[in-house]
Amino acid sequence: MSTMTREETQALIQEVLEVYPEKAAKDRAKHLAANDQSVEQSKKCITSNRKSLPGVMTIRGCAYAGSKGVVWGPIKDMIHISHGPVGCGQYSRAGRRNYYVGMTGVNTFGTMNFTSDFQEKDIVFGGDKKLDKLISEIDQLFPLNKGITVQSECPIGLIGDDIEAVAKKKGKELNKPVVPVRCEGFRGVSQSLGHHIANDAVRDWVLHNRDNDNSFVSTPYDVTIIGDYNIGGDAWSSRTLLEEMGLRVIAQWSGDGTLAEMENTPKAKLNLLHCYRSMNYISRHMEEKYGIPWMEYNFFGPTKIEESLRAIAARFDDKIKAGAERVIAKYKPLMEEIIAKYKPRLEGKRVMLYVGGLRPRHIIGAYEDLGMEVVGTGYEFAHNDDYDRTMKEMGNATLIYDDVTGYEFEEFVKKIKPDLIGSGIKEKYIFQKMGIPFRQMHSWDYSGPYHGYDGFAIFARDMDMTLNNPCWGKLQAPWKKQAAESASQAA
Amino acid sequence: MALRQCAIYGKGGIGKSTTTQNLVAALAEAGKKVMIVGCDPKADSTRLILHSKAQTTVMHLAAEAGSVEDLELEDVLSVGYAGIKCVESGGPEPGVGCAGRGVITAINFLEEEGAYDEDLDFVFYDVLGDVVCGGFAMPIRENKAQEIYIVVSGEMMAMYAANNIAKGIVKYASSGGVRLAGLICNSRNTAREDELIEELARQLGTQMIHFVPRDNEVQRAEIRRMTVIEYNPKAKQADEYRALAKKMIDNKMFIIPTPLTMDQLEEVMMSFGILDEEDESIVGKTAEELAAAANA
Repeated sequence: MSTMTREETQALIQEVLEVYPEKAAKDRAKHLAANDQSVEQSKKCITSNRKSLPGVMTIRGCAYAGSKGVVWGPIKDMIHISHGPVGCGQYSRAGRRNYYVGMTGVNTFGTMNFTSDFQEKDIVFGGDKKLDKLISEIDQLFPLNKGITVQSECPIGLIGDDIEAVAKKKGKELNKPVVPVRCEGFRGVSQSLGHHIANDAVRDWVLHNRDNDNSFVSTPYDVTIIGDYNIGGDAWSSRTLLEEMGLRVIAQWSGDGTLAEMENTPKAKLNLLHCYRSMNYISRHMEEKYGIPWMEYNFFGPTKIEESLRAIAARFDDKIKAGAERVIAKYKPLMEEIIAKYKPRLEGKRVMLYVGGLRPRHIIGAYEDLGMEVVGTGYEFAHNDDYDRTMKEMGNATLIYDDVTGYEFEEFVKKIKPDLIGSGIKEKYIFQKMGIPFRQMHSWDYSGPYHGYDGFAIFARDMDMTLNNPCWGKLQAPWKKQAAESASQAA
Repeated sequence: MALRQCAIYGKGGIGKSTTTQNLVAALAEAGKKVMIVGCDPKADSTRLILHSKAQTTVMHLAAEAGSVEDLELEDVLSVGYAGIKCVESGGPEPGVGCAGRGVITAINFLEEEGAYDEDLDFVFYDVLGDVVCGGFAMPIRENKAQEIYIVVSGEMMAMYAANNIAKGIVKYASSGGVRLAGLICNSRNTAREDELIEELARQLGTQMIHFVPRDNEVQRAEIRRMTVIEYNPKAKQADEYRALAKKMIDNKMFIIPTPLTMDQLEEVMMSFGILDEEDESIVGKTAEELAAAANA
């Protein structure tokens, strides 16, 4: 199927909406749109960050997932307690591939699960005493932890446990930050509120801890990486580029990050924000309180990397500007080689994406560098400022879907027939069984990194090996294939 | 006789626990086999039967043992005056945890352990004053209490509460078999109290099953952690509870109530003079403004 016109895209949306009851169709219609690059404000054509409809299969997560899973979890030298029944922590343990350096269980704790393992009696009598004891035990067993966070699961909010009081008391006792986070899963409409709550907890309990401590000597070239979760090593392949151009990265949030880095972040000259959706809140706060400017950047694919490196360098002196050019020039031959190798194998292939809050727009450039086209994209938990940014990246009349339902996604794919789908584990096997090449774009399908120049090499290889895998030609049983061939010959 | 499960509701402080225990004592005296299940974290629903300060509760024992599954029925069941079986669900101190979940856990435990054995005639649930959450409605959900008695007096707030409880019963009556079985007037000696509660009962579609007069004998018994029936069986008040018990045994009037609207309820109160006609002109006026208006 070639590129769709606006009318065709609209007709497709209408067709998919038809099966819904009237009220549901009316609601879902607001979340589906044909892209229009001329529209400045996305709110004119798409609604986002609203409650999912009961009865549809939404792909969203919860506020706890946003705080424990995304923002706080990767801070490697703190221990994050999943406060409540055991399941939330255990079933999400180590699932996000936030790589880190350290000795797990000694000075880092990223892949471990700590939980207060609520029982009936803790619900009835409250869990505050247990939490108090648990924090003491943690500190005794893992003395090299730099701090502790309390990640609230649903029951904590229902029974009104006073985790703030426990946190204050234990923080004094242990003389290290103990951070209560009110990220109960039932709050908000998706994991997005969890990001916000987690950002607020950083603001209230961590960020100002070294305000009067000048022992950290800053330089004019100090920057931070905010909103990179180091999935498969993404932050590492980003950091090297910044360092090569002459900047000093003084903090990584939160992939492979530490409490000390978080506390030192207010000493930075510029905050570099990768995932806008999950960490714009704290970046805005630092701008307001400490006067630290922030800027978004995109390290997916050479075109966007070049743009971003130059934009970052523009905030600094000529030394850094020259550094950026040097880095770009250094990697250019490598990038040309990669494109020369893979572009012929991928050119013209059409991709549909459905990811979380950033990648549905950020990866577009990387696909385009390989000659591919993103024909549909959407977010689980974006807000309208994300769609504002998306509409400029997507072609006119391409399909945009917010909080897409299982049904809609399948129907869109059946009609658009993309050559590749990039989404999550829950979608993967459905589409693979439909015979469509699929890449997990949350976990990089256990590969990565995809950020930076090093990442692009891996990205290109992965897309090629998925798309051009010989298995896709073997999906039809030989006897059925023969039958189909003779039938077409007869015709 | 098949087991009858009754729940006693009413405004906090109205005398539910005292009335229930005296009533239960009278039933036991009449040869009935009765169990009381206290559904209030305060755990004061069985003290007059057991002569104790507060019975050790299901949830307290469960917390000590680890979980409710580690308990046996005999751990939580105490037997008091005239063979009355007593259980308290228990729960947290005020301000922490979830008392409603405690009630749910305790009642489920009693059911699973077979506390409601076949030779019981009555089970009484004595429930916390305000049905603040689903947990306190547990006794009236399906397969639990079928009969609800509301303890009420001629005071305005007690009647508001009774009407609200009736609304709750309507909700559960449509999904299960729970019915309103009557109002018990625990007198506060307000004017024309019996007529007033009769009228409220009529409008709710039920009956005032008994008017329990005020008598200091109840307090005298209570200081001794006893029911009147046990402390002074010859007292006039003991006969009142016996009368209530008899009416309850013979009671056949189980209805889905017709709760009153706020206006209807206030009208009843006004017609009995416990609420003045509302004067719209004074609403939201401060004392100063009213004084100024009066002087003008």
